[in-house]
Amino acid sequence: MIDTATITIAIASGKGGTGKTTLSTNLAAFIAEREAVVLADLDVEEPNSGLFFRAEPVHQEVNYKAIPQWDESKCTLCGICTKVCNYHAVIRLGPSIVVFPELCHSCYACSELCPDAALPMVQKRTGILSEFRADNLHFIESRLDIGEEQAVPAIAKTKKYAAEKHPQVRLTLYDSPPGTSCPVMEAVREADFVILVTEPTPFGLHDLKLAVETVQVFGIPFGVVINRYGTGNKEVDEYCSKEQIPVLARIPDSRRIAELYSAGKLIYREIPEIREILKEILNTVITMAKGVRK
Amino acid sequence: MKEIVVISGKGGTGKTSVTASFSYFGGESVITADCDVDAADMHLLLKPDFEYSEDFYSGQISSIDQSACIRCGKCADVCRFDAIRVKDGVYRIDSLRCEGCGYCARVCPAEAIINKERLAGKWYISNIRTGGKMVHARLGIGADNSGKLVAKVKNEARELALEERADYVLVDGSPGVGCPVVSSLSGANFVILVTEPSVSGLHDLKRVYELVKKFRIKAGCIINKADINPEQHQAILNFLAEEGIPHLTDLPYDGQFTRAITAGKTVAESGSVRLKELLSACWEKVKKLTD
Repeated sequence: MIDTATITIAIASGKGGTGKTTLSTNLAAFIAEREAVVLADLDVEEPNSGLFFRAEPVHQEVNYKAIPQWDESKCTLCGICTKVCNYHAVIRLGPSIVVFPELCHSCYACSELCPDAALPMVQKRTGILSEFRADNLHFIESRLDIGEEQAVPAIAKTKKYAAEKHPQVRLTLYDSPPGTSCPVMEAVREADFVILVTEPTPFGLHDLKLAVETVQVFGIPFGVVINRYGTGNKEVDEYCSKEQIPVLARIPDSRRIAELYSAGKLIYREIPEIREILKEILNTVITMAKGVRK
Repeated sequence: MKEIVVISGKGGTGKTSVTASFSYFGGESVITADCDVDAADMHLLLKPDFEYSEDFYSGQISSIDQSACIRCGKCADVCRFDAIRVKDGVYRIDSLRCEGCGYCARVCPAEAIINKERLAGKWYISNIRTGGKMVHARLGIGADNSGKLVAKVKNEARELALEERADYVLVDGSPGVGCPVVSSLSGANFVILVTEPSVSGLHDLKRVYELVKKFRIKAGCIINKADINPEQHQAILNFLAEEGIPHLTDLPYDGQFTRAITAGKTVAESGSVRLKELLSACWEKVKKLTD
């Protein structure tokens, strides 16, 4: 299924705020200096990779999810729909069937098992997908409407859009959501390589271990980038060396980087050392991703 | 009893450091609830004793009894999650893709599909070193239903607060605006928004505050790393003024945050008198605002 010419790299972390977006945006811009690259912001709850680029909008579309809609005229109130919904999203209230869209997982059971076709599936808006372009950089993001709870369908849709729209582009980067639960799983599951960004603190280490467990479930090759290196302690280094996890880079702790980031600037353009680090990360990741494929 | 929820939209703004400090000031009067169940870190600072634990089951998971399966493929036809794959004529359910809707079992003519309750995680009640108690959890890797585990942790914390006659339930929320955050906001009396003066911090603050407004909960805002970017700091102050959100305090960009975490302490105990004073005054302000 995977086109051997293309590589998808997911940038993830257990803990939030470790530098996923910083690494994703800088890496994407760095690659775009020489070749086309796709960056997909899969943190659909709080997408902010787009804040770091001046890019032209090229496309926008609404994201939907399918939910059942009750057709009173056809319903005989047999109650099958309420029995087959495992999410309690379809209930009977007196002479009516009520659907709770936020609980619905779009499994279609109620709709298709209804003997009277009284629950046709309809599309409900969940957010917006946008694509932007700045020369070689194709940037795609989805943002969930506020109040929408399910990130997974929007993440799946964004990945699909990116792959179908840019099948020729060699490198695709995913800026993943934080955590270890379903949104992260969806973001990383088909990636060729995962970069886990962490910080050298007990919080960083604890959440890194969870993220490693998550990635190992899929058997995807991965490496670690330790951000804010020089603060905290050596435990992340020790853990990686004990578990034989490659450390792809150590990005130094620096107030200057924090300031550049806070202003929405790309740090590698201001700090030459970071450019070298990005080059190294990219070379290692491409070699490792290809090596596994053979 | 009042319920105070700490959230941020963006991750890594210092939510847990702030919450743990308030938990330290509150002592016995506070039941602390770590509702960032996917990446729960507060226990690293508060040293819980895991006095009580319980498995958390949520939803179900399906699997195929191969001896009963007639290989008709109806299950795979109806699965909307691409969880049922066939290889060499054998159908299998990928537990990582299965969302537990049970549709496959309902259409299987051979009744070959077994549904089991899914073990989604574990939750705990602990005594912590502040003198108070804490409810916390660990979500299984890749488990769905983090929102439900958050609701469980909150409910247990509320019950515990009534039993212990605690004045506050203090909730450490998760990043984002999705299901675990929605779940942590329900029933709250006050929201503390922790942000930082960066383009991302402000962007995410605005989105998460939109969610808070839907719940009509009063909120206040802490600006962490306040001195990192004066322009963004002003932009946050402007936003707070427009929305009528009280500015609770500024906290400086300070290595003490990391040093405290590394030493397994709350920022309030880091040894910095200034940080302790700022946080303690802020906690008093929060208490007043929730009255």
